[in-house]
Amino acid sequence: MIAFATATPWSGVPSLLLPALGQTAAMVGIVMSIVIALGLPLGLLIFNTSPRGLAPHQSLHASVSWIANLGRSLPFLVLMATVIPFTQLVVGTTIGIKAAIIPMSLAGIPFFARLVENAIREIPRARLDVGIASGASRLQVIRTIQLVEALPGIVAGLALNIVAMIEYSAIAGAIGAGGLGYLAVNYGYEQFDGHIMISCIVVLVLIVQFVQFSGDRIVRSLIH
Amino acid sequence: MIEVSALTKRYGSLTVLDGIDFSVEAGEIAAVVGPSGAGKSTLARCINLLEQPTSGSILVNGQDLTSLSRGELRTARRAIGTVFQSAGLLARLTAAENVALPLRYLNMPHEGRVQRVRDLLDRVGMLHRASHYPAQLSGGQQQRIGLARGLALKPSVLLADEPTSGLDPQTTASILALLAELRDELRVAVVLITHEMDVVRCVADSVAQLDHGRIVEQGRVADVVRASDSPLSRALLPVPPSAEPTDAPNVWQLRYERTDVDPAWLTSASRELDADIEVLAGLIETVGGETAGRLKVRIERALPPARIEQAFAARGIRATRSATPEEEVDIAASALVRSAA
Repeated sequence: MIAFATATPWSGVPSLLLPALGQTAAMVGIVMSIVIALGLPLGLLIFNTSPRGLAPHQSLHASVSWIANLGRSLPFLVLMATVIPFTQLVVGTTIGIKAAIIPMSLAGIPFFARLVENAIREIPRARLDVGIASGASRLQVIRTIQLVEALPGIVAGLALNIVAMIEYSAIAGAIGAGGLGYLAVNYGYEQFDGHIMISCIVVLVLIVQFVQFSGDRIVRSLIH
Repeated sequence: MIEVSALTKRYGSLTVLDGIDFSVEAGEIAAVVGPSGAGKSTLARCINLLEQPTSGSILVNGQDLTSLSRGELRTARRAIGTVFQSAGLLARLTAAENVALPLRYLNMPHEGRVQRVRDLLDRVGMLHRASHYPAQLSGGQQQRIGLARGLALKPSVLLADEPTSGLDPQTTASILALLAELRDELRVAVVLITHEMDVVRCVADSVAQLDHGRIVEQGRVADVVRASDSPLSRALLPVPPSAEPTDAPNVWQLRYERTDVDPAWLTSASRELDADIEVLAGLIETVGGETAGRLKVRIERALPPARIEQAFAARGIRATRSATPEEEVDIAASALVRSAA
């Protein structure tokens, strides 16, 4: 074992790590609920205003698409700094978990929307046309065909998105958001605490592997 | 029944369909043929209004689909069942759930729906596959499920877009037999989009050839094959290739012009001309319920052409001297289409 000058003893690690893990889970959980609630409709809107969609609308498609790209084009750290006034306006603070949720959601929503759009675009044209040709309303087509056939792709996208949000939550540690990232930066990096650093890394790797593994399993069970 | 008139579809400056007129009666299978890019798929998508035509009208049971609002169109579309190329089954639904889909859109009550789905699956011989997913079914079985789904709302028109493409000959034959059965028993008007001439000859009552967005030839299949020597006619009933060059001396092309050609014409013509007649290649088939034939023969004696023409004409057969070089190309091309199909 490598010896670190100021390392927290191994026995003291769990009491720091577990609360941080809880904070990360809470942050990612809240953000993902917002991301799904807003990203899914946004993805449906992007696809269905496209030429292949249920209500093609060139200018609406172009503008929604542009906004979605805007959210994805900034590095997360830059995005976080850019939206500080907005964050202050919405949650009333610019530090802590509450403050991290805003930039994380702004990054996650367009990302998820694109994943949803892609998943629907993968569906062969004849399958998308079946509903219309059978006299379905547009809402029925979305509910019974687009979402059903794209579900494996959407779940795969969800796993990808959760992993990205775990990563962003760690970056958000820089603004004191708490969680594993905060722990790694403030104890591990700033105070040269090797035990905390190693523990954070191991836990993050395990979480990401677990999320991806579960995602793949669910996707497989959804494909017939 | 369905009546398409002056149907035109343009994308910007590109005209994909240019004044299409055709109609299909109840209990009739009308084939639309043509090379890829001729506009067949666009025509199919216009007929059930998946694409809005630029101009023209589509009358189904007397109602013009192009004049309807979106809500009215939803209802009117139920009169047109669609069978898609490669079936278009939803991968995450079972065969039964796929067939039930149009009924769900109608909010049909559960019990009625279950019974109707059973009937439909039974109709296409797929009851024993009701709970299978599409990936567990063969191409032919998937197409049967697609047909059952197309029939779910008891349509008066069935639109089949390349329903046999990619299927082996045996499976193709069984799907076509099923189509003919539906035509005869349910009296649906079937619009059959295909590029396979065998399919047309086997099951269609009428045929329209589409080329560059226009119908270049159309008519009853039996008439087209018998009464003309057009490219479509030769493509429908091609003379198989033979080793003998067509312009060799004493080689003649024969085409059945009447439906009542005496099957013993070869012997009787040979006797009348006092010459052996050697069949080099040929195809005699029942097309649209009537006998049609096209052959290449060699007459083993130099005779005045007029005499030969007359002898065959008396038997309801049109005899022509060797094909011109461009006809040769046509025949070769149609043979290619056949072997590709």
